[in-house]
Amino acid sequence: MPKMNLSHFEAAFLFSLFTSVVLGVVTKRTDRDRLHYGAYTFVCFLIALFGLGWLMYFGHG
Amino acid sequence: MAKEKEQKQPMAPFGQWAPAVALGWLVPGGGHFLLKRHGRGALLAGAITSMFVCGLMMQGAMFQPQTGDLLTTVINTGGFLGDVCAGVLYLLSVWFGYDVQDMPGHVHDYGTKFLVAAGLLNLLAMVDAYEIASGRKD
Repeated sequence: MPKMNLSHFEAAFLFSLFTSVVLGVVTKRTDRDRLHYGAYTFVCFLIALFGLGWLMYFGHG
Repeated sequence: MAKEKEQKQPMAPFGQWAPAVALGWLVPGGGHFLLKRHGRGALLAGAITSMFVCGLMMQGAMFQPQTGDLLTTVINTGGFLGDVCAGVLYLLSVWFGYDVQDMPGHVHDYGTKFLVAAGLLNLLAMVDAYEIASGRKD
């Protein structure tokens, strides 16, 4: 099994992508809503990722 | 009106939803394929399998059920159940001897979470397959 060495951002990005796809597929009832919800959750993940990243950066001083 | 919506629907017959849920557990997206939702099944299979394989490539650890204090029990037993929910992906990795112990490092830590999260996402897919099979959802 080849090893994968990712940064925090890359790992969190992949996590967001896969999770958003599944949440989009299982949550809504029409394809259009599924696409919108998947994109929405992905953007929310990224906002939280950058927000928490900067929060920790400033928190460290 | 709201109360009418809140009323519980009777549970569909076991034989109506059990094959889809069982196949959905064994093969991520399999329940959707069985129910002729090929597009959604392919998306679920792709996302869940990719997440699990990424977890393996990051050398994530598999949880083993442990008892002890409450936190240890919840984390390890819950993590084990999450891993098992990945179905054939988990079974194959164990059968082929995948046995990585928990070790320090953010990549391994992410890998462990990827493995558990893949199982939990498959659990969501199984619930979706149940709802489709029992006629609550298209």
